[in-house]
Amino acid sequence: MDRYSFSLTTFSPNGKLLQIEHALAAVGNGSTSVGIKAANGVVVATEKKTGSSLIDVSSLEHMAMICDSIGMVYSGMGPDFRVLVNRARKAAQTYRRTYMEDPPVRILVKELAGVMQEFTQSGGVRPFGVSLLLAGVDDRGPNLYQVDPSGSYFPWKATAIGKNMVNSKTFLEKRFNGDMELEDAVYTAILTLKEGFEGQMTEQSIDVGIISTIPAVEGEDTLKQSKFQRLTQAEIKDYLSNIA
Amino acid sequence: MSIMEYCGAAIVAMVGKDCVAIASDKRLGQQQLTVDMEFQKVFPITERTYIGLSGLATDVKTLHDRLRMRVNLYKHREERVIEPKTFTHLLSHMLYERRFGSYFISPVVAGLDKNNRPYICALDTIGCIDSSSDFVVCGTAATNLYGACESLWEPDLGPEELFETISQTLLSSIDRDAMSGWGAVVHIITPSGVITRDLKSRMD
Repeated sequence: MDRYSFSLTTFSPNGKLLQIEHALAAVGNGSTSVGIKAANGVVVATEKKTGSSLIDVSSLEHMAMICDSIGMVYSGMGPDFRVLVNRARKAAQTYRRTYMEDPPVRILVKELAGVMQEFTQSGGVRPFGVSLLLAGVDDRGPNLYQVDPSGSYFPWKATAIGKNMVNSKTFLEKRFNGDMELEDAVYTAILTLKEGFEGQMTEQSIDVGIISTIPAVEGEDTLKQSKFQRLTQAEIKDYLSNIA
Repeated sequence: MSIMEYCGAAIVAMVGKDCVAIASDKRLGQQQLTVDMEFQKVFPITERTYIGLSGLATDVKTLHDRLRMRVNLYKHREERVIEPKTFTHLLSHMLYERRFGSYFISPVVAGLDKNNRPYICALDTIGCIDSSSDFVVCGTAATNLYGACESLWEPDLGPEELFETISQTLLSSIDRDAMSGWGAVVHIITPSGVITRDLKSRMD
């Protein structure tokens, strides 16, 4: 063992961090996730891939609520995602503990991106094998962010990560328009996933999460009214039957 | 004598129609000995949120410095100005952090939020928030201030009426408190800006 290789991410002579590129490759092997920012909310959707038909898919969780106003999906390695979910929830609660309000999406994204960056520079660890999509609502309206294993983050109007990312993005470029309502965005997200879907898409094989900005009632907090929620299988079934 | 009464103070905040006012005396004492007649107890936190700190003078300065640091960090990190309510929760959090070795401070917060709604509240030494829709007081003259506020304050006062009311309230309260007085300062926070006026009072 080389006594200088405390860090797995060492610059290669051409200036690249190979471990981060490999992490992105791990993301590229993961199931596709898409996110679309609508005029009045955000939708995120992902495939629930299973190796065997014997797995009870109802127990799979590819999507997590971080706080009422923010939800998160991933492409890549499931176990790594759960670590980040824990960190994100803790960051959100710490923020809430101080200010008595949910964090703005960008603040939470920065926090998570900070964690992921740390894992590209610390000894004895490897970078996370996931890219994240965070969907949330705050003072500035609906927000959709992507965070990569390197710790870089991007705000998007619509995007896709994972196996079918290139095709899905091309699809989204054609379909997306800025004044789309949340309802339309859910259909578009499902259609995007359907593009590269292997086999039959059912309500059991995808996960969809939505958060909407409800028009503010005078004298009330907007944030209190919008909540990230995963669609139930029955709701997804309705969307799918309307597409077919 | 309690350490809370060591330096002496009289601070009051009031709600008006689309405006708030916060006022304080200017005395700094060591018990009965007056040390300073220009001691600042009310500080701007943002352009439309003010805080009044009554209690031990060293803690007034320390807490103000720490608050300024936290609010500046907030401003840079979040690229927005902190709201009075959010600020109050931050302050409450900072005070409760020192639950078993608290700052000898009881603060008053007054400000207008982003929708120009008035917000005032008082906190105790360990950060319990007491929000109010009319007036809040603190300091050695607190009991006097309560009485004066109860009889002088009325709802929906405009900026100038509110100035008159809060000034009379403060001046009559410090006349009956040996630990506060020696001049006073009033800030009226309105959507179009803050009006600050110094008041002359009995200097004995």
